[in-house]
Amino acid sequence: MIAVSAEEIRCLVAVGASLAGVRAVEAARKAGFEGRVTLIGAEPHPPYDRPPLSKEFLRPDHAPEPVVLHGRAELVEDFEAEVLLGAPATGLDLDARTVRAGDADVPYDALVIATGAAARELPGTGHLSGVHVLRDLDDAKAIRLALDDGARTVVIGAGFIGSEVASAARRRGLDATVVEARPTPLVRAIGPDLGSALAGLHERNGATLICGRPVTGLEGTGAVERVHLADGTMVEADLVVVGVGAVPCTDWLAGSGLELDDGVVCDEFLQTSAPGVYAAGDVARWNNPQFDRMMRVEHWSNAAEQGVRAARNAISPTTAAEPYTTVPYFWSDWYGSRIQFVGLAARDQHEVVSGDLAGDHFVALYRECDKLTGALTLNGRRHIMKYRRLIAQGATFEEALAFSRTVAARPRSRGPQ
Amino acid sequence: MMKIVVDRARCTGIGICEAIAPTVFEVDDDGGLVLLSQLVPHGVAAEVAEAVEGCPTLALRLEP
Ligand SMILES: Cc1cc2nc3c(=O)[nH]c(=O)nc-3n(C[C@H](O)[C@H](O)[C@H](O)COP(=O)(O)OP(=O)(O)OC[C@H]3O[C@@H](n4cnc5c(N)ncnc54)[C@H](O)[C@@H]3O)c2cc1C
Ligand code: SF4
Repeated sequence: MIAVSAEEIRCLVAVGASLAGVRAVEAARKAGFEGRVTLIGAEPHPPYDRPPLSKEFLRPDHAPEPVVLHGRAELVEDFEAEVLLGAPATGLDLDARTVRAGDADVPYDALVIATGAAARELPGTGHLSGVHVLRDLDDAKAIRLALDDGARTVVIGAGFIGSEVASAARRRGLDATVVEARPTPLVRAIGPDLGSALAGLHERNGATLICGRPVTGLEGTGAVERVHLADGTMVEADLVVVGVGAVPCTDWLAGSGLELDDGVVCDEFLQTSAPGVYAAGDVARWNNPQFDRMMRVEHWSNAAEQGVRAARNAISPTTAAEPYTTVPYFWSDWYGSRIQFVGLAARDQHEVVSGDLAGDHFVALYRECDKLTGALTLNGRRHIMKYRRLIAQGATFEEALAFSRTVAARPRSRGPQ
Repeated sequence: MMKIVVDRARCTGIGICEAIAPTVFEVDDDGGLVLLSQLVPHGVAAEVAEAVEGCPTLALRLEP
């Protein structure tokens, strides 16, 4: 690593005006950085929060207003940032230390790349209306309009975001079908057995789940009308939501010389292969000291925390740099139930320590060799964070089992005071 | 000593605060946040401050 003294860092640039980028700007100012701060974002909207887009935003009893992280005025006045919105970065010059955005070359001494991820599209479906991914505000608006019109909804891919859309459709009493190409849903995220346990929620709430049958095509004249599956089945649809994962937004970095590998490759300090350049959020693949492995995480709290850490490290690389170590965490809301997951979904083995997989509450722990590596809960809000701490402390699986018995034995904590 | 204030209308029980400062915050089964201490206890002021900043919905604040 080339040491850059703190005095030399006069301008910080964050590319990507969403969660990680905004947190980077805030953190730099909170840390007392007095230099120039520029936030560059591709979307025209002021930065907003994504998780509500597949939850509250789709509910008929909620106003379809985005949850804004910071308005432009706040960014400019409170954080003294220069804000370029609707201005996608198109290139990075590591030698000149500039980011290309529109016609301008914006100079940086410290750069935080926070361009996130884009939803994967289904090839060959661009000509039909009524087919959407769900990643940004415009997608969410279009999906909400279709639900308002009473659309028969087909979700392609039984992942978390798609499942939230299916539950939004069912909440309105609309027909919802979830189609998954693999034999069981969510295998990569939470493992096969627990994937099936969560999938049961769809059926119990009146949605149809079809697994192991890939989509072979969408049919319609102008608007989508039908989804064709590999075994010849057809499902009628007015709205198709494609939820088949996301890819990190690194196109604009191609040819820059920055090391890329399914994301921007970073060390444990979130520093990339180039001096002064850091990455945070869904776009960053970093070495997580907690598990001593490279990972890229597409979860809210990870993006928020990495934005803060990357900015702090970027503005004081020699004096205040700290590694970013974390136990990944995400939540998802289906049919009024909250799913929470911490850690890694080891394939080895899991054990249900509270409730049961067929019911409306369970706590399942994952092990890798003799270690506790993950926990999944359905409506187990009082349990989950306790296991996150145990994982962070490197607890053994036996210790976690012993702990689960004490939690089960303890009286419920009091509700809100 | 600083007092911890929770905006119940904003809190969604995501529990980031509990992960950071478990001696002060606990989410209950209904997703309600329980303050195990109304005042910031000695020795965990930094953790509590981090939890306040880390809350995704900006539901926490400290008051003198
Ligand atoms: C619908 C939905 C629901 C979700 N629900 C949950 C949940 O319940 N729980 C959970 O833990 N996580 C959830 N997530 C994931 C979470 O929202 C993301 O992890 C988080 O938004 C990542 O933040 P980010 O800032 O890294 O990237 P993003 O939020 O993807 O933001 C990246 C920004 O960079 C911009 N950009 C891209 N390329 C360029 C460029 N070349 N120049 C300038 N700007 C660029 C993009 O337009 C975008 O605004 C959800 C995500 C979605 C889409
Ligand atoms: S982090 Fe915020 S929203 Fe989450 S439980 Fe704590 S106070 Fe509530």
